[in-house]
Amino acid sequence: MTRNRIKVRPGDRIFKNLSVGAGVIVVALIGLIGLFLLVQAIPALRANNVNFLTSRIWETSDPTHLQFGILDLLLVTISTSLLALIIAMPISLGIALFLTQYAPRQLARPFSYVIDLLAAVPSIIFGLWGILVLAPRLSGVAEWLNRNLGFIPIFANGNVYPNFSGTIFTAGVVLAVMLFPIITSLSREVFERTPTPQVEGALALGATRWEVIRTTVLPFGKAGYIGASMLGLGRALGETIALAIILFIPRGKNFDYSLFDGGATFASKIAANYSEFNNPTSAGAYIASGLVLFVLTFAVNFAARSIIGDKKGA
Amino acid sequence: MAKRIDVKDLDIYYGKFHAVDSVTLAVPPRNVTAFIGPSGCGKSTVLRTLNRMHEVIPGARVDGEVLLDGENIYASNVDPVQVRRTIGMVFQRPNPFPTMSIRDNVVAGLKLAGGGGKRSLDEIAERALRGANLWNEVKDRLNKPGGGLSGGQQQRLCIARAIAVRPDVLLMDEPCSALDPISTLAIEDLIGELKKDYTIVIVTHNMQQAARVSDQTAFFNLAGVGQPGRLVELNDTEKIFSNPNEKATEDYISGRFG
Repeated sequence: MTRNRIKVRPGDRIFKNLSVGAGVIVVALIGLIGLFLLVQAIPALRANNVNFLTSRIWETSDPTHLQFGILDLLLVTISTSLLALIIAMPISLGIALFLTQYAPRQLARPFSYVIDLLAAVPSIIFGLWGILVLAPRLSGVAEWLNRNLGFIPIFANGNVYPNFSGTIFTAGVVLAVMLFPIITSLSREVFERTPTPQVEGALALGATRWEVIRTTVLPFGKAGYIGASMLGLGRALGETIALAIILFIPRGKNFDYSLFDGGATFASKIAANYSEFNNPTSAGAYIASGLVLFVLTFAVNFAARSIIGDKKGA
Repeated sequence: MAKRIDVKDLDIYYGKFHAVDSVTLAVPPRNVTAFIGPSGCGKSTVLRTLNRMHEVIPGARVDGEVLLDGENIYASNVDPVQVRRTIGMVFQRPNPFPTMSIRDNVVAGLKLAGGGGKRSLDEIAERALRGANLWNEVKDRLNKPGGGLSGGQQQRLCIARAIAVRPDVLLMDEPCSALDPISTLAIEDLIGELKKDYTIVIVTHNMQQAARVSDQTAFFNLAGVGQPGRLVELNDTEKIFSNPNEKATEDYISGRFG
């Protein structure tokens, strides 16, 4: 028996190589960025005189006596992002359910466009709007929380409030406004795909609209919603310019677990000091903090993807 | 339990489209009525108006009356949710809730209605599963997800779910069309047993099935594409399949359709 060689068509081979190449580039790019951060950070980390992970000091102006630790940055980054997520998640869920389950079709479509449009507003606009328009209006809420719930540490007097409105609280609310279009948009798409037979099955059992949502839409869309929220979290962690505008950095004061503290996140810290990078070692300190952010965002996105992926496998 | 249905001069519309024209028929209690007819003749549409499921589609509306033991389910003070709690439905494709266990699937309707403590729910689940001839196959895995069952078992699970709420009427929309012959036989046997307690209306594309399971048969037809479907003949199943009154029925039954 002679085996006929199957002719390889040139079009197939070219296309395959192109797409493999594209895939390799993405992976290589991520790897190179990580490598760049690592290489640039190592000299600074070596010259560091305090513990990088547990110190709150950030003194990098003298390259011969570097002192920098990320604890404060990490805490501020996480608290702004978590606050944003806590506010944005229920709002997004509500909007997504409204759009897919309650809104008449003629309303749902334009409404969805508006939400998507909101996701496309540049973050510098959100930053300006947040500090100039929203912050003064939020001060009443902040005051109420501080007066009535001040015994809880997160609502206690912060190192910024009540003198300035550039608090984690303000930043978190603005971030929430930036996140909910993203989370809404992705959740809406998942909820829309709830299989009709299941919805009809619930209706035929005498389920009300809310019961249909509870028995079919939510179980079906839960993983997608959580995944969407975590993608939002990834965005919040890396948000730069809006937070650089909003957050007030108090001199010589550390984050003290109050929402009315100021401070800087990884990204806003780097953005605020970028112009002062005058030697590679000092710059390396910032790059080291950027590396931590890179890893953090990577982990969150990875977790989000695996949650969404699990759902597809089921 | 087991109420009668009287449909009077029922016209069904989807928006401007006149889907079904003036149907009048009576379904006695503890009896199986089969709806047969070509695709697009409106048999499924009529079935769905019997528990107001057609209202799920925007723009759907009806003229006329559907009386459940003399009470019009389209009266202005009737809640469609309540109608669906008393008139159960089984669909073409088995649709158990995939994230729920077998037991939770069966009692899903009861939980919606807010009934029963855990013990009584367990009893009801067992009774419904026995009623659907599924108990022996699943009794050891009641807490496993319903999606893990075979197609035929899933369909019987859906029947168990429908009868767990003890409805007055059970509607079945081509319940065997996605099943293999053995599962089909199991469902048909089950229909014969359920008839003792329930009023059953079944839509089927399979005329032998209609002949096997039903007491009376309604033949629907449509004059042409875009024309409303209408009820041609409602008669005892034996009569329909041996000596129908209408020529159109005989043509359809004997395969000389057109």
